[in-house]
Amino acid sequence: MDATGIGLWGVPLAILGGAIRVSTPFIFVSLGEAITERSGRINLGLEGTLVFGAMSAYAVAVETSSPWLGLIAAAFAGLCFGLFHGWICKFPKVNDIAIGIALMLFGSGLAFFFGKPFIQPSAPDLPAIPFGAWSDIPQVQAALDVNVLFLIGAALAVFLWWAFRNTRAGLILRVVGDSSDAARAMGLNPTTVRLAATGIGGALAGIGGAYLSLYYPGSWTEGISSGQGLMAVALVIFARWNPLGCFAAALLFGGAGALGPALQSVGVTQGYYLFYAAPYILTLVIMIATSSPSRSLAGAPGELSITK
Amino acid sequence: MTDRFMLSRRQLLKTSAAGAALGLASASFPIGRAFAATATVGFIYVGPKDDYGYNQAHAEGAAALKGVEGISIVEEENVPETVDVQKTMESMINLDGASLIFPTSFGYFDPHMLAMCAKFPDVQFRHCGGMWNKDKHPMNAGSFFGYIGMGQYLNGVVAGHTSKSKKLGFVAAKPIPQVLLNINSFLLGARSVDPTITCQVIFTGEWSLAVKEAEATNALVDQGSDVITCHVDSPKVVVETAAGRGAFVCGYHANQSPLAPEKYLTGAEWNWAKVYKMFVDDLIAGKPLPNFTRGGLADGFVKMSPLGPAVSEPARKQFDATLAEMMKGGFSVIKGPLKSNKGVVVATEGQAFAETAIELESMDYLVEGVVGSTA
Repeated sequence: MDATGIGLWGVPLAILGGAIRVSTPFIFVSLGEAITERSGRINLGLEGTLVFGAMSAYAVAVETSSPWLGLIAAAFAGLCFGLFHGWICKFPKVNDIAIGIALMLFGSGLAFFFGKPFIQPSAPDLPAIPFGAWSDIPQVQAALDVNVLFLIGAALAVFLWWAFRNTRAGLILRVVGDSSDAARAMGLNPTTVRLAATGIGGALAGIGGAYLSLYYPGSWTEGISSGQGLMAVALVIFARWNPLGCFAAALLFGGAGALGPALQSVGVTQGYYLFYAAPYILTLVIMIATSSPSRSLAGAPGELSITK
Repeated sequence: MTDRFMLSRRQLLKTSAAGAALGLASASFPIGRAFAATATVGFIYVGPKDDYGYNQAHAEGAAALKGVEGISIVEEENVPETVDVQKTMESMINLDGASLIFPTSFGYFDPHMLAMCAKFPDVQFRHCGGMWNKDKHPMNAGSFFGYIGMGQYLNGVVAGHTSKSKKLGFVAAKPIPQVLLNINSFLLGARSVDPTITCQVIFTGEWSLAVKEAEATNALVDQGSDVITCHVDSPKVVVETAAGRGAFVCGYHANQSPLAPEKYLTGAEWNWAKVYKMFVDDLIAGKPLPNFTRGGLADGFVKMSPLGPAVSEPARKQFDATLAEMMKGGFSVIKGPLKSNKGVVVATEGQAFAETAIELESMDYLVEGVVGSTA
């Protein structure tokens, strides 16, 4: 063991660091999608929202030199995309999945179009809190540089978990998601609730995009998302529509994504394509292990078009 | 998008209306012929043309043609290596009248460009990469490439002088011959300074995966690498992440020094302007275009970024001396005795492969001192 490397300890450290660094966009997109799906609607367009959020955050941060304004712009852009989805879907016979796919392509295309002039300039980053300052090992310090958005995401997951069960808004959301008829009988308007839920979901996905372009990897390129928005949507089902589950699943995917590079860096170089597939294999195993032929998916909102 | 769909519909109508649509099509588009006095040249990129990397290098080459008399340029970026690129080529030929097309990405060649070569025999196609073969491929196709491994050797020389941990890092996309040659050259350049230096390589598996490239860079720095270089389409993420962690970087494809002015040592850059100019001059003069084009530092196909402020005086001296040696021609990076990192002899005592050696274009090993595996 030489003085500069940290050897095999690098693997768990990289998984920890990777879980913290890579998971944040997954957390925000999946929490946003959890809110939307709990209201009985699926928004597959969050991949496009994520990319557009990344672009708008970067663009505004470059223009104003303030990453926070960029973050607000991304959330606002995401809100607009979400409301747009919700507005179209309120018309009769509109398929929310098809609209989602259309918005995914539209969001990415629009982001590429407006993002052209912002590929070259550098934007200021969102700040990180150095939780690793107690250690004098630079690798530990680097792994424990935690961005504030990660902490906000963690707090939001706990809050949503609590709010879904214990607040009036949470109850309304769940009623609308489980049965439109029951909601109408209670005097609620399912369309309005779903519009709001899709809008909030979009705003959260926009924030996830801001994290990508303003913190990690921290630059705007057209390939920045590489499908993370779609994976986050899948995570919601994986997490059984539970916000705490979304958070855990996001951490799992983040950490598993760091496994491949970390193993190669300590000299485990054979079969890296297999390690890169680790998160997906893990998903398959968990899905199979928890599935059952005798009951439907636990926790699935009754109005969801895929489970109806 | 719309244009392409309209074109394919029109194309379909045309083919179903007349059996000899192909002949008709090329006859009815007089500018579609090669060797015209005024000509349109098409460029196709796999990514955005300002990515600080592979595509930017090509786009800069294309931009250099814009002042040339009688030449107009059409470009399309973000074209995937699928049937999409065929539609793009058809649209450039039929709608823009392109007589020479440069599909710049590796995966465009087979089967996409070859299909278009057969369909439009009057149009010339020149692919960036090493895949054209006289016995297998049509004569209106061709390939061009540069010996950029020499540039990575020079990167390695500077890295070898700069590294304190004696560990270098390389973020690579896929284990194809061009990438392996770059990794090997980088290490051998560094070993020309200090033969104990090693280089850790991490393959990401794709040409452009921002998050994985950032993770790979972090993992390399965690394991003590203090000079990082890469072979991915857009080195922006690697350069920014490495510099952010305090490591030095050597660039690739294009000049990335504006991204990390203090940490950027030097970089191996393409100089496609020279190559494209050469093809276009032949096109204007009505000469047949070469099918197999290669060149290195001495031919101006490849150039080095200006040395950064962190480069020491001994490093600068050895860099200049090595560069001067390369400019004379016949410089060999791979020379015996040399073993692969699996212990297989790849060059025996006295054996040397100059940059032009065709064997290097089928490289399938990493040399001793590189920590990594090709599969």
